Amino acid sequence: MRILTGNDLKTGLVIWWTGQDWSLHVEDAVDVGGDAESILAQEDAACRVNGGYSLEAEREAGGGIRPLHIKDRVRALGPTVRPDLTLKPADPNAGSWVI
Amino acid sequence: MYRYDQYDPAMVDTRVEEFRDQARRRIEGKLTDDQFKPLRLKNGLYLQLHAYMLRVAIPYGTLDSRQTRKLADIARKYDRGYGHFTTRQNIQYNWIKLEEAADLLGELATVEMHAIQTSGESIRNVSADQYAGAAADEIMDARPWAEMLRQMTNFIPEFSYLPRKFKIAVISSDTDRAALRWHDGAVKIVRNDTGEIGFEVYAGGGMGRTPFISFRIREFLPTGQIFSYLQAILRVWNRHARRDNIHKQRMKILVHELGEEEFRRQVEEEFQHFLTLGHDFPQEEYDRIAAYFAPPPFETGLAEDIDRSDPAFALWFDRQTAAHKAPGYAIVNISLKPIGEIPGDISAEQMDLVADLAERYSFDDLRATHAQNLVLPHVRKADLYAVWKALDDAGLAAANLDLITDIIACPGLDYCSLANARSIPVAQKISERFAGREAEIGELKLKISGCINACGHHHAGNIGILGVDKKGTENYQLLLGGSGAEDASQAKITGPGFDEDGIVNAVEKATEVYLARRQDGERFLDTYRRIGMEPFKEALYA
Repeated sequence: MRILTGNDLKTGLVIWWTGQDWSLHVEDAVDVGGDAESILAQEDAACRVNGGYSLEAEREAGGGIRPLHIKDRVRALGPTVRPDLTLKPADPNAGSWVI
Repeated sequence: MYRYDQYDPAMVDTRVEEFRDQARRRIEGKLTDDQFKPLRLKNGLYLQLHAYMLRVAIPYGTLDSRQTRKLADIARKYDRGYGHFTTRQNIQYNWIKLEEAADLLGELATVEMHAIQTSGESIRNVSADQYAGAAADEIMDARPWAEMLRQMTNFIPEFSYLPRKFKIAVISSDTDRAALRWHDGAVKIVRNDTGEIGFEVYAGGGMGRTPFISFRIREFLPTGQIFSYLQAILRVWNRHARRDNIHKQRMKILVHELGEEEFRRQVEEEFQHFLTLGHDFPQEEYDRIAAYFAPPPFETGLAEDIDRSDPAFALWFDRQTAAHKAPGYAIVNISLKPIGEIPGDISAEQMDLVADLAERYSFDDLRATHAQNLVLPHVRKADLYAVWKALDDAGLAAANLDLITDIIACPGLDYCSLANARSIPVAQKISERFAGREAEIGELKLKISGCINACGHHHAGNIGILGVDKKGTENYQLLLGGSGAEDASQAKITGPGFDEDGIVNAVEKATEVYLARRQDGERFLDTYRRIGMEPFKEALYA
């Protein structure tokens, strides 16, 4: 599946396109198929995203979404060396999802 | 230390308001990302993996307690409670919001700090020996010259639109603690046969994807001619630079392609021209700047004795202190490399603590080092135990300066948008693997970069590690034999790379070869240079 990401213009935080809006959680991302360019152009013009791009991801058995490239998995979780600053601070094994 | 004169606040405040307006226009959609990006980079604001990152300039690594407390306040107020000291004596914040960045810069300006020229194709923050003004082995304090160079090169438009970035370092002793030879341009303060002080000038160094160690372009330059000489170097670079190819724009590439002799010839020709223009500063200006760096009022008649009855303190004293020029004083190195922690990271509370220690025990003087540690430059030996106790209570008393757990590591793929692999977890694993064995192994400088841009100085590591992307997974190349010191050398790749656990094992195998083959008094680097790469390769790839 092809999903969209970027950074929130004001806060810089990593965001994922949900089909309607942007979410901090990659699990909310939707497959945009061939519409990536048009969505990004629209969202960039509306000043809602910075540095947006599309990427390949796969749907996991449990329903989650896993970007194929490690860099995007790091973006999706947060710094693996500071679990307290990731989106899953209570999950001690969250870093293994990245690797 | 240097204090702003009447011009500096006006320039910095103007830039803050200019950036406030630029950020507002970007948020309102009046500037595109392409238009805004070069503007934010000129103010040190990057967009990294998780958020905006701000790189704050620390001129020649020098801070006072007021500035350090402000850095702590900023960490709490605008970031997530910590900062990261870099390999160019700067500090970075990883979680900055664009909508708050101008306020942050405004707060920095209140303590005479900014983030200008910490990015982009400019002359970057001037770096220097962190022991300047304190070292027993220095010819003179390097900071007045570092400050002169800073003033010559900050806020001047022609030095903000160079072919590529340009990094300057200044040292004043034969021992190089600033990785001098790895800078684009560098000066070593020397004394000639007649006793006159001048500069030994180096040009053409740099790391990155095409590393070069600089060459000595001038054996002796009178100090008063430094600006003319710097301009001559920059003019020759500007004339020939490959602005069409980002990978060939650094001056080191030009020096390599022209050849050292031809580069020197052209610089000397331009230098003669610049000397006629009267651009060099008058002696009175140097004297004015130097007065800001007058030695603090050292006490006399102090005891040299150290009470070594506490073995943990004695261990720390032997490792973390260095000889001071004033009797009864010592230079204190504060390790930001506790075992298993993130190299260079420091919490806001720790920043407050070191600010307090600087104010109380070191004439309000604190230094950042290119090795991502801190220094209290002027501590009475009688106060060392109290300083150590305070550092120990704050988790800052690791005794590992220049040892295998004193690792330089870039932020890597945990933070950096350019990185191909994570650096910090590798540093943490190596640190944990070798904890307790540092003294047995002795001096071993290990440096890790998460990509070929080499912010982690892997080319200059006795052991270097370079993270690469191998078909979407992290892979690590091992390098041996580099040095960033006065015996500068470029590390060489051993062979095929390793995965994350494999690289830690590889480092251990390399140290085992060293321990088995070293002769009396040899450091890792000495043994490598004597026996060469082959014994290490045999152990690594058997």
